[in-house]
Amino acid sequence: MEKDWAELSPDEKREVRFNQWLSPPGVTFSSPEAEKGYKERVTRFIKAFKLQKPDRVPCILPASNYAAYYAGMDLRTVMYDYDKLSEAWLKFFYDFKDDLDTYIPPGLVPPGRALEIVDYKLYKWPGHGISGDTTSYQCAEAEYMKADEYDALIRDPSDFWLRTYMPRVFGVLKAFPQLPAWTSFEEIAIQSFIPFGLPDIQAGFKALLEAGTESLKWLAAVGAVAGEATAAGIPGIMSGLSKAPFDTLGDTLRGTQGVMMDMFQRPDKLHEAMERIAPLAIESAKNAVNSGAVPVVFMPLHKGADGFMSDKQYETFYWPTFKKVIMALVNEGIMVVLFAEGSYNTRFEYIKELPKGATAWWFDQTDIIRAKKELGDVCCIMGNVPTSLMMTGTPQEVKDHCRKLIEVCGKDGGYVLTGGANIDKGPEENMRAMMAAAKEYGVYK
Amino acid sequence: MAEDYVKLLADLQENEVLELTKKRIESGEDVMNILDDGRAAMAIVGKRFADGEYFLPELVFSGELLKLVTEMVKPHLTQAADTKKLAKVVIGTVAGDIHDIGLNIVEFMLDVNGFDVTNLGVDVPVEKFVDAIKETKAPILGLSGFLTPAFDAMKETVEAMEKAGLRKDLKIMIGGGQMDDEVKKYAKADAYGKDAMAAVALAKGWIGAS
Repeated sequence: MEKDWAELSPDEKREVRFNQWLSPPGVTFSSPEAEKGYKERVTRFIKAFKLQKPDRVPCILPASNYAAYYAGMDLRTVMYDYDKLSEAWLKFFYDFKDDLDTYIPPGLVPPGRALEIVDYKLYKWPGHGISGDTTSYQCAEAEYMKADEYDALIRDPSDFWLRTYMPRVFGVLKAFPQLPAWTSFEEIAIQSFIPFGLPDIQAGFKALLEAGTESLKWLAAVGAVAGEATAAGIPGIMSGLSKAPFDTLGDTLRGTQGVMMDMFQRPDKLHEAMERIAPLAIESAKNAVNSGAVPVVFMPLHKGADGFMSDKQYETFYWPTFKKVIMALVNEGIMVVLFAEGSYNTRFEYIKELPKGATAWWFDQTDIIRAKKELGDVCCIMGNVPTSLMMTGTPQEVKDHCRKLIEVCGKDGGYVLTGGANIDKGPEENMRAMMAAAKEYGVYK
Repeated sequence: MAEDYVKLLADLQENEVLELTKKRIESGEDVMNILDDGRAAMAIVGKRFADGEYFLPELVFSGELLKLVTEMVKPHLTQAADTKKLAKVVIGTVAGDIHDIGLNIVEFMLDVNGFDVTNLGVDVPVEKFVDAIKETKAPILGLSGFLTPAFDAMKETVEAMEKAGLRKDLKIMIGGGQMDDEVKKYAKADAYGKDAMAAVALAKGWIGAS
């Protein structure tokens, strides 16, 4: 009889999860070769994550909305037409299949119609707030939570989300502040249902239902593409997303301006709110991993980068709850990939506090050579071919740059070759050059 | 007193600054002095930012403090502030990009270093940049962008300056997120600056100020 999950050490839990990634339940491979190839690729990543030497340096092609443009379409088209979405992503998949160690299905392309149905205000996307030919969607930062609303958030985050935050970011829910708190339902409901009869409230719920129906159509398309790729032997690389609590407050609730004012004017409330949000971030990331086969959570990092705050401020405001989220996931055996957008040169000392081989740091503009030297025995290093090189350089320049990275960062394992950030457009040859470099220079003897 | 005031503001002592501002206004002092002190304090903040002593939170907070002070002073102003500026600079985030954190830092730093800055905001269409350069006759244009779609937008903006016959007398710098020297070459700009301090140095270099 196996040990109870709770009795396993973090390392043991990680092994269980890695094994599940290697032999994903419910997957039927298209051929024995596909299954063999799948296991080889997953093993390649697992070894790199564990700071060991795989057969060769694994590579993640830095393609976000790239497949849309590669197929001659654009982001707007695939956000609204799920058949086109599948078509583009499958075209990219089959054309690049031999160059893929992992495949990122179109799960990060949101269903445009669902966003429209709820009148989503937090993001702008092509043809909706920004020009139709823009290749990415972008967050419209604002003060969606006011400075004097910390107590409400801290008292009951779910209630705050439902009746304060969501009405501000979903236009159709603007009447939701009139809803009673769910916990205020009467023992024998006499008046509790009344707000639900109001036309504006009903319109809000109807829109949510409709967005749900729309999202299921999208999910069917995305799921089919992901399933096809896995069956053909190319594994996925992440199951869920999470964020540092400071970023949740700074990106989506208070905005950069707001959260930075709070660091001076109401630091205690800010701390309390981050402590309140941390367990929610942990729970949601755990759930995402437990419902997928890939034991990897991806955390995009924003406001703790170099220049955004001092070391002292990072240590005081950013790191404590961020570390808490990382450690909770690590202790559950989940591999955490931290995407340090911008540069993180001044934060190495904090990264060193993390347990060995439990995280992977994907660097954008950080000095990755120094990172390898200082952090190489702490965490897997990922990155960082510049997006400008991928988009405007020649294949030879890309290949040379990759070679240098492989030779330095790839030394003794623990390295994943990828871009500094993902690109949406750019010469196909440069994508191929990156994988060619991994195959040519990245083999461990 | 003025010296203390400048120091308090540069040190971001909110309560003391607001109290002292009130006292100075009530004393009947020429409120222009308060605004001058505010500018002096912001120059110190800018210097501390450039020296790595202050970071974004301090810039944000000092900006808000100055706003509060200015609002207190405004009803007592009898003349418009008249300050000599080094040169005009037009800045903005290029079309298809709505990020402005870096843009606003550059505005702050250029401003405290004596430039007359026109900030066009985010997602600025090419024509708007052209119109602004025509209108202000600024010798310097700063293009900001965070994401990779900005590569093409920057290139198009520079080309539009050429087409409008404005390029010859114009120095163009780019910066932000995924920008670097490769993108500068691609967009045919004159320089890439990696941060706001670089933007100030470039602008000063171009107009021959030290």
